[in-house]
Amino acid sequence: MGREDLYMNIIEKLKYLSETVAVAGFEKDAAEKVADLFKGYSAHVEVDRFFNVRCLKKGTDEKAKKLMITAHLDEIGFLVRSIDDKGFIGIVNVGGIDSKILLAQEVVIHGKQNITGIIGATPPHLLKAEDAGKALKISDLYVDTGYGGEELKKLVSVGDTVSFKSKVSVMNDSKASGKAFDNRASVVCLLEILEILKDFNHENDIIFVASTQEETSMVGVKTASYALLPDAAIVIDTCHGDIPDLSKDCSSTPGKGPEISIGPNLHPGMVNKMFELGKEYSIPCQKMVEAGDTGTEAWATQVSRTGIPTALLSVPVRYMHTAVETVSIEDIKYTARLAAEFAKISSIQLEKLA
Amino acid sequence: MLIKELTDLNGVSGNEKEVRDFILNKINNLCDSIKVDSIGNIIAYKSGKSSKQEKLKVMLSAHMDEVGFIVSGHTEKGFVKFKAVGGIDDRILPGKRVAAGKKRLAGVIGSKPIHQQDKDERNKITKIKNLYIDIGADSKEEAEKLAPLGEFISFDSEFTELGRDCIKAKALDDRVGCAVLIEVLKHSFDFDMYVCFTVQEEVGLRGAQVAAYRVMPDVALVLEGTTCADVPEVEPYECSTILGNGAALTIVDRTCYCDKEMVSFLSGVAKKNNIRFQYKQTTTGGNDAGQIQRTGTGVKTASISVPCRYIHSPVSVMSRSDFESVERLTLAALNEMNRDREFLKNLTKVN
Amino acid sequence: MQDILRKVTQAFGVSGNEEEIRKVITSEIEKYVDEIKIDAMGNLIAVKKGKSSAKSGGAFPGRKIMLAAHMDEIGVIATFIDEKGFIRFSNLGGVSAFNSLAQRVRFKNGTIGCINAEEQLEDYKNLKLEKMYIDIGCKSREEAEKLVRIGDAANFTGDFYVNGDRMISKAMDDRSGCAVLIEVIKAQPKTDNEVYYVFTTQEEVGLRGAKTAAFGIMPDCAIAVDVTFSGDTPQCRSREVKLGAGPAIKVKDSAYIAHPQIRRELEELAGSNNIPYTLELLDRGGSDPGAIQAAGAGVPCGGVSIPCRYTHSPAEMVSMEDLKNCVKLVELFIKK
Repeated sequence: MGREDLYMNIIEKLKYLSETVAVAGFEKDAAEKVADLFKGYSAHVEVDRFFNVRCLKKGTDEKAKKLMITAHLDEIGFLVRSIDDKGFIGIVNVGGIDSKILLAQEVVIHGKQNITGIIGATPPHLLKAEDAGKALKISDLYVDTGYGGEELKKLVSVGDTVSFKSKVSVMNDSKASGKAFDNRASVVCLLEILEILKDFNHENDIIFVASTQEETSMVGVKTASYALLPDAAIVIDTCHGDIPDLSKDCSSTPGKGPEISIGPNLHPGMVNKMFELGKEYSIPCQKMVEAGDTGTEAWATQVSRTGIPTALLSVPVRYMHTAVETVSIEDIKYTARLAAEFAKISSIQLEKLA
Repeated sequence: MLIKELTDLNGVSGNEKEVRDFILNKINNLCDSIKVDSIGNIIAYKSGKSSKQEKLKVMLSAHMDEVGFIVSGHTEKGFVKFKAVGGIDDRILPGKRVAAGKKRLAGVIGSKPIHQQDKDERNKITKIKNLYIDIGADSKEEAEKLAPLGEFISFDSEFTELGRDCIKAKALDDRVGCAVLIEVLKHSFDFDMYVCFTVQEEVGLRGAQVAAYRVMPDVALVLEGTTCADVPEVEPYECSTILGNGAALTIVDRTCYCDKEMVSFLSGVAKKNNIRFQYKQTTTGGNDAGQIQRTGTGVKTASISVPCRYIHSPVSVMSRSDFESVERLTLAALNEMNRDREFLKNLTKVN
Repeated sequence: MQDILRKVTQAFGVSGNEEEIRKVITSEIEKYVDEIKIDAMGNLIAVKKGKSSAKSGGAFPGRKIMLAAHMDEIGVIATFIDEKGFIRFSNLGGVSAFNSLAQRVRFKNGTIGCINAEEQLEDYKNLKLEKMYIDIGCKSREEAEKLVRIGDAANFTGDFYVNGDRMISKAMDDRSGCAVLIEVIKAQPKTDNEVYYVFTTQEEVGLRGAKTAAFGIMPDCAIAVDVTFSGDTPQCRSREVKLGAGPAIKVKDSAYIAHPQIRRELEELAGSNNIPYTLELLDRGGSDPGAIQAAGAGVPCGGVSIPCRYTHSPAEMVSMEDLKNCVKLVELFIKK
């Protein structure tokens, strides 16, 4: 990656990262790409054995506290389960996927070469009356590639990854839609934070982690936080953007800034500081109440070793876990600014909070 | 009475401060050091008297938190929407009193009058997401001011003595355990003792996980309030425990297969000291023991519980004699471990 | 190997009650390993020390490898005895009510009981363990309590039979994996690597033993040998894994995704040594690596799975040819 690419704007970064493939458990190539992007900001970048990308930005304080900022880089997807003689491919999902959105979806099979496929469906004309209106299971779906079985088996093997095929499109100049914005939108945030902190002398050591396998076992963030022993953690993930079907207490409005979660999973001191910083620097943010498990990496970091005080910032994304996840560009900026302001606080302040 | 004082406090998971402060105040002079960790557990350390032998670490644990609610929204007319913190049965909620926030703002969980319900509604349970709390606010703005987003809400229920031997209160699960541990701290033993008052048990055994990691004990004993279903309509074989039958020992539940040597040690101690005990007969439920047992390279773990009817409701009921059995058994077991040094040594030996 | 398999499958060892099976395995392997440990969760950890070479200045140049097979089996536990001597029970691990109906169970002391359901049960769709009981042929609670106490566990009985290459028994899940490890230990493969053979406990109730074992060992990598569903029975879901088609190299199950490097190593070893294999994508059920991989700073894990029909029933079926190929593959892996 050339130096000039580092100055991609947010939409370009989002495009570049969204169209990178990192099905949970198979993130190696994507991790290397993300590592390259981080290398523009720090000399201390490494990919660990679970393909977490770790990037350290040293602080100025000798007795600096360590603040970890994580965003998972993996995405939901599929693996090839079977290939039949006619060339139809059976799939299993990796991560939670609504089978209802899959009919007539385009996918890419990452075999010896990338092959486009479509997820087929019985035509409505041939549907039996009792099956009409019923949702199909993923195990009933198949991928059609246009290849015959024999030829296909030379290109594709059981266990190969399958991802959504989806190009990023910009909507109304302010929003974008595409695949894997959960959680590449947050990986873009990490890059934006690095950009903001580029010339700033912060006291704390900031460790950026683009983590893996969040969509399945969270093994990425679990092992990384165990190894890195941070004093506090900020997890950046996506949350549900409001749509007509969702009630207000489980969705946030795109364009109005990151959701800051409150609840047992989050450290009250850090959460309050987030709201204060939002006010102080006029960064809009929204409140979300979580009664227990937030379903994010924060659930894992909070109880790593003897406990890591954790805050959770979420970028509202509509149509989560589909190929047309939709995000507001402003929210990415707001989220990055808020996290960056937190990263700037003194180590004494951080120690007091946590 | 300690149990009254403890159950009068509010400490919904994630907001245990009130309980923590009370306990800290009680145990301040009873131990060698106290650590409050970042998630909010109290870890009280009491050094063993013996200086000669290799000291083993015994962890005792009870959770401070209780089930409750958290404010998640407000309606235009000033009603408060809420989510449950911990496992709460939707059926018990309509028409209950609650207290919001530090100031214990009075509120009631509202429901549609029976006159207005159609036939279907009468037979259906109202889900939490359709319930609301009335705190007397007239507008959204007022409600937001009185009970802002994220404010914790507890059941409002007075400690009351029932019958000859029973007590009714909220949060008996697990203030009974806290009460036993406060008593335990008045005693000293040869082994190193780590008494942990944990947080967030009700949302997933969260506090105990990090407390146990910090302590890395050899042996752990969990003090709990457990389910008791000796009520009409429940077959005898489905009763987890029976009120009045003494301290409940868990053999296995969904989170932990208690260490068999410890369970038989505890039942032996109970028999020797004429303390009533019973085995928990069902294998459902779970508690901090599950997390503690699998900390580090593994911890020998067992749990002793006070049977509580109507657990996770504002009107849990327990028997004083069961509580006394639990307290006596805990102390007797610790004394026995102290006397019979071989027991602890053999128990924790890795062969 | 057949004799060992017979011995280990027939031994008693319901989750949380692995004392007997642990003894059986210990006596099979103790001569061949450098050290044997039992940890607080009851895991049996047998160590074959790594060789330090003079070249590396006495330092240990090899890998620290953990091989895991769980020694517990599913079963039931007595929770209540009524006045007539009938025993109510709960499950330890994934016990299906349908598979349990009319089966025999054996308590640790040898007491045999049969499982049946309340007669009022009209529709078998409603068959649930709570509506079932164990009859040990006693007339009263007092009589029954002399044989069985609340908290006593029992396994399903299922004798060991051989039909040519195929073998049928209870507890092939995962004693066949234990047998594979025992064979590997006995073969004494020459390697500089330090190998921890771990027979884990309480896998069937949530991958519990493996968690503490892995934390204590902190290996560089781990492989679990466990059974997996085969895809070759009438009207079953299509799966590559088949009895007799060789070991199944794990791609994923519901608890973990095999580390790509380990999966590749296994595939390459099988390929270059003419060991037949399939790839396993298990749609339901997890296995020990789900716990091992998240221990501490993390352990890259893979799996060598034994195709098994009728898993979690008293008559589980595996192929000897598959077991032998599993032994070969695991040996090759630890020699690397």
